[in-house]
Amino acid sequence: MTDAAAVLAALDTVRDPELDESVTALGFVASCTVSSDGVADVRLRLPTYFCAPNFAYLMVADAYDAVSGVPGVSRTDVVLEDHFASDVINRGVAARSGFLQSFDGYAAGELDELRADFLRKATLAATDRVCRPLLRAGRTPEKLAMLRLGDIPESADRERLRSRRRELGLPAGDESPLLVDPVTGDAVDVPAMPRHLARARLTGVSVEANSGVCRGMLRQRYATAGVGECEEDR
Amino acid sequence: MYEKDGEKYFVVDSHMHYWDASPANWVTGQEQFAKGWIECFHAYQSLGPPETHWTIEHFQKYSDKDLMKDVFEDGYVDVAIFQPTYLKQWYNEGFNTTERNGALAEENPGRFIVNTRFDPRDGDEGIKQLERDVKRWGAIGLKLYTAEWKGDSRGWTLKDPEAYRYLEAAQNLGIKNVHVHKGPTIWPLDKDAFDVSDVDHAATDFPDLNFIVEHVGLPRIEDFCFMATQEPNVYAGLSVVIGGLMFARPKFFAKVMGELLFWVGEDKMTFGSDYGIWEPKWQVEGFVDWDYPSDEFSDYPRVNTATKKKILGLNAAKLYNIDVPAELQLPADDGKPAAKDDAVLVEDGAKV
Repeated sequence: MTDAAAVLAALDTVRDPELDESVTALGFVASCTVSSDGVADVRLRLPTYFCAPNFAYLMVADAYDAVSGVPGVSRTDVVLEDHFASDVINRGVAARSGFLQSFDGYAAGELDELRADFLRKATLAATDRVCRPLLRAGRTPEKLAMLRLGDIPESADRERLRSRRRELGLPAGDESPLLVDPVTGDAVDVPAMPRHLARARLTGVSVEANSGVCRGMLRQRYATAGVGECEEDR
Repeated sequence: MYEKDGEKYFVVDSHMHYWDASPANWVTGQEQFAKGWIECFHAYQSLGPPETHWTIEHFQKYSDKDLMKDVFEDGYVDVAIFQPTYLKQWYNEGFNTTERNGALAEENPGRFIVNTRFDPRDGDEGIKQLERDVKRWGAIGLKLYTAEWKGDSRGWTLKDPEAYRYLEAAQNLGIKNVHVHKGPTIWPLDKDAFDVSDVDHAATDFPDLNFIVEHVGLPRIEDFCFMATQEPNVYAGLSVVIGGLMFARPKFFAKVMGELLFWVGEDKMTFGSDYGIWEPKWQVEGFVDWDYPSDEFSDYPRVNTATKKKILGLNAAKLYNIDVPAELQLPADDGKPAAKDDAVLVEDGAKV
């Protein structure tokens, strides 16, 4: 017997690629139900009518894949509501036709590279989260250059960094350097360290500010919280 | 002019609009987009203080009297710079055209600077139109939307050969300042409409033009900042940054300002209210009162009265050659940038 909680847990693994947070925490899940014969029905919503359709497409497609993989789900319907490209995206994802075909004539490629770009940004932002407390505690950039991922005490931030690196195919084991270039995976050396850390901090700020604007817009658009939404952020 | 605690601030609103998005101006068959666009703008207004929110009807079409009161009488603005947004595929007469702005400017001499625009996909006729607009309105500035959809084109970049031809023509016509919209947009589809790398190329190849990146590339502030550190003629347009974050997300606002001061510097940041999205009054008052909220921000360059005077008006006055009364200028010994000495990493930042 599959329940809505299992489907919601699956949706928890779906992230807004730009904000690097789950669609549930962001309040993007308008509703989520499962019928007695296993048909999952998920409704998604976004902060504005004109949110970028490429990111919208990725989220709807990822939600479809995640929910379809839940044991006991016999059919999955994911519907994006209130968006200027809702029809195209919903039809495209349901037919598994890919972004390029869905937006025939308006798109020149699939979205893999875009996704990778944003994973690199997410990696940098996660690097900042892990390193900022260390710097505050008095560790020098030179010290950070010598650390391995496994030297950092276990925390949600460390695991986030590890998981983003793994998704990109970058070194992610305990023995790998704490700080790596998000494109090449090479260790960051001491001379490059101040710039790398400044860049990580800036990227983190950018993602946070963007997320702040999106949450503000969503709250204006919808009076009620989303299913599984992180209420303290509302 | 805004006065607080004995300090006087010359205010240039370097990014504002006079639009008509009322249903009477919606193109038949395109109503959902015309309506969706203005409702999206209206939602942004909700990020400002509640007492400054308008009804959707007022927001769709405000009068010339509303604008003059909100911007100049109540809003402390000395000079306002009109930035056009055409969107003629959705709005019969356009959303916010050079003509509409220019007419209001002519009724109120000395108050406005009228910027115009081009679209390099308009061919030879577009260059002729640019020449007519520049001459008619005395424009020395442009507003460009690289992500605008047109026919089967999904946008353009400043690197395109046609864009270079237009930029050369604009420069020959006396254009000095190019405001580039890099921020929330429509129809980006697979293209990354926020990509600022084209500004990098154009700024290098047109060193005598100034490029003001409006909305600082939000949500890609990091890409904008890396680029801006390398180009002496690139500026950060703060429209949306102050309006969208200062009230709604003060902590993020402080961080974004800190980063911009760190990477771009206080001499290259310009205030823009983005009116009618937000009124300038609360933005000017709030920004003059603003400082970092806690020690958590001690890595960032400090802000002082001179910083705020530059950002609120003096930087834009320099770009547009606006006369600033002597009493509103900075004292000779107060004008050096605050950034270098105060920021731990700023030397490294500058070399990126």
